[in-house]
Amino acid sequence: MIPQRHVSGDPLLKVENLSKTYSLDSGVKGGGTVNSQVLFDVNLTIERGEFVAIMGHSGSGKSTLMNILGCLDTPTSGHYWLDGRDIASLSDDELARVRNRNIGFVFQGFNLLKRMTALDNVATPLLYAGATRSESRKRALELLRQTGLGNFAAYQPNQLSGGQQQRVAISRALVNNPQLILADEPTGNLDTQTSREIMAIFEQLNREQGITIVLVTHEDDIAACTRRLVRLQDGRVVHDGRVPT
Amino acid sequence: MSLLAIIGEALRALRLNRLRTGLTMLGMIIGVAAVVLMLAVGQGAQTTVNQAISSMGSNLFIVVPGATSSGALRSAAGSVQTLTMGDALAIAHLPSIKATAPLITGTAQLNYGANNWSTSVTGVTPDYFNVRDWPAESGALFTEVDLRSATRVVILGQITARNLFGDEDPTGKTIRIKNSPFVVAGVLAPKGQSLDGRDQDDAAFIPITTGQSQIFGNQFPGTIRFLMVQGRSDEVMDEAETEINQLLRQRHRLAEGTENDFTVRNMAALAAVATGAAKVMSIMLGSIASISLLVGGIGIMNIMLVSVTERTREIGIRMAIGANRRAILTQFLLEALVICIMGGLIGVAIGIGGAWAVSRATDMVVVITFGMVALAFAFASAVGIFFGFYPAKKAAALKPVEALRYE
Repeated sequence: MIPQRHVSGDPLLKVENLSKTYSLDSGVKGGGTVNSQVLFDVNLTIERGEFVAIMGHSGSGKSTLMNILGCLDTPTSGHYWLDGRDIASLSDDELARVRNRNIGFVFQGFNLLKRMTALDNVATPLLYAGATRSESRKRALELLRQTGLGNFAAYQPNQLSGGQQQRVAISRALVNNPQLILADEPTGNLDTQTSREIMAIFEQLNREQGITIVLVTHEDDIAACTRRLVRLQDGRVVHDGRVPT
Repeated sequence: MSLLAIIGEALRALRLNRLRTGLTMLGMIIGVAAVVLMLAVGQGAQTTVNQAISSMGSNLFIVVPGATSSGALRSAAGSVQTLTMGDALAIAHLPSIKATAPLITGTAQLNYGANNWSTSVTGVTPDYFNVRDWPAESGALFTEVDLRSATRVVILGQITARNLFGDEDPTGKTIRIKNSPFVVAGVLAPKGQSLDGRDQDDAAFIPITTGQSQIFGNQFPGTIRFLMVQGRSDEVMDEAETEINQLLRQRHRLAEGTENDFTVRNMAALAAVATGAAKVMSIMLGSIASISLLVGGIGIMNIMLVSVTERTREIGIRMAIGANRRAILTQFLLEALVICIMGGLIGVAIGIGGAWAVSRATDMVVVITFGMVALAFAFASAVGIFFGFYPAKKAAALKPVEALRYE
């Protein structure tokens, strides 16, 4: 079910001269569109097993970059290779497949499906991958146990605390054995104690399972948990290297 | 994602909004029930007409005297007496004709003991019962002998027999018609309503000769009221009509250019008109009912559009975790389809129940066939797919990043 890992020395993720421009309707009749460029020639290479934090002020383009890295959005120009595959050449369905099998998402607002149990939330990506209901539930329960939520499988998201919901979301991200986890401010809605617990899970996943993790944050102590820092400013990479301690 | 899993998702989504689902479904229920009910009523009317037609006898002409004009004055068909027993006999010998049955009619009071009943008394020949395909239920029909010797025998229709005799067996009993004694030879099988709504079982039949000489005084002996003619088969009906016309013109010595003093009516043609009318009514009822189905479909489209907008974020999440466009399309299309199919099932049940209630409450005949149920159901499903497709397409066309950002 999961694609073979590339034996070549390709980096997991490689971005070259990536630009993104949004065309917005000017709102004035006959005024055409207003272009607003969010990313300017971004170059970035992330190897397998890295743990990277992307930081930047709001409007720096970090969310846009994450959306492109997650195949939720397409760049205006430039190249993006994920696991050696040129993303621009993929069809909508192939992109859906990449999102399903190669990438796990963790969002700030958890983005769980409402009025669905934690178990079904975690199992849904497997259903989209073509697994049967029973085998996907079995695997989902396994992952909930791993993140310490084995007893909450039948709960719906609104019956769970923020930290618990984020653990459900992490379980969901992991359910298809992805190579890459993209986390967009995963601790943004959580208190300090819970944030630390969530970060501990990420660190463990990175260390023990070798999963590549890219997370967006604007908190220095969250970034301090990672091993590489990319700082964006006005759509450009202004720092790429060690995390300052 | 397997179809079964998508159906599960669709059912879950519909359960979450029970009231909304129910109201949307109500549109379909009413539409389907109306279609089933209207088709049942229409089909019932057709059946009634067909029964009345086949009760008349097959391949039938009715020849009535009249349609003459004397000077500028035209009199109604049947108002003059130009047809005779001789005409009937001559027509019976035509090659395309199977049998003829001349009739004279009148109304008379019938007495048996203390009971009396006023009914139509018809003088006929034994062939009449063949032409009408009308057997005796008890006793016997009268014969050529009765006809030739103008015997006083009578054959009663069901209603007449019941009114005069109650539970008694009428065969062999003597009744009085206009004070003359008649022996009841037999009772006819029930026949039901004719096309014009008269009850054909409310009647009595005597030999035409007996009628002419003893019951109905007539200033022109040997004339008849009208003539039923049965063709050999439906293929020869046109030919038979021409032959009858030619023969009667010849016998009545009508010069070239004068109008007929008789009228030949092809009952098959009349029957076709009546069946056609019933069919048109049936189609009309069905189409009116299907408009309500269409309105129900628009209701579905409306609610699905609202649902897609409300669930934009859900769609975004699903896309982010790997749903492709087809999975989203199928999910929303199935939601619409599930509403239609469930509404269709309930609607069919209500339609059948309604048809049953109509037939209980009124005398109307309703007929429900598997075909019309299947039609209503297929139509409902088609409406679901047609009106569910656009909202589903809209949901599938959303851009993941925009759907996710939707508040």
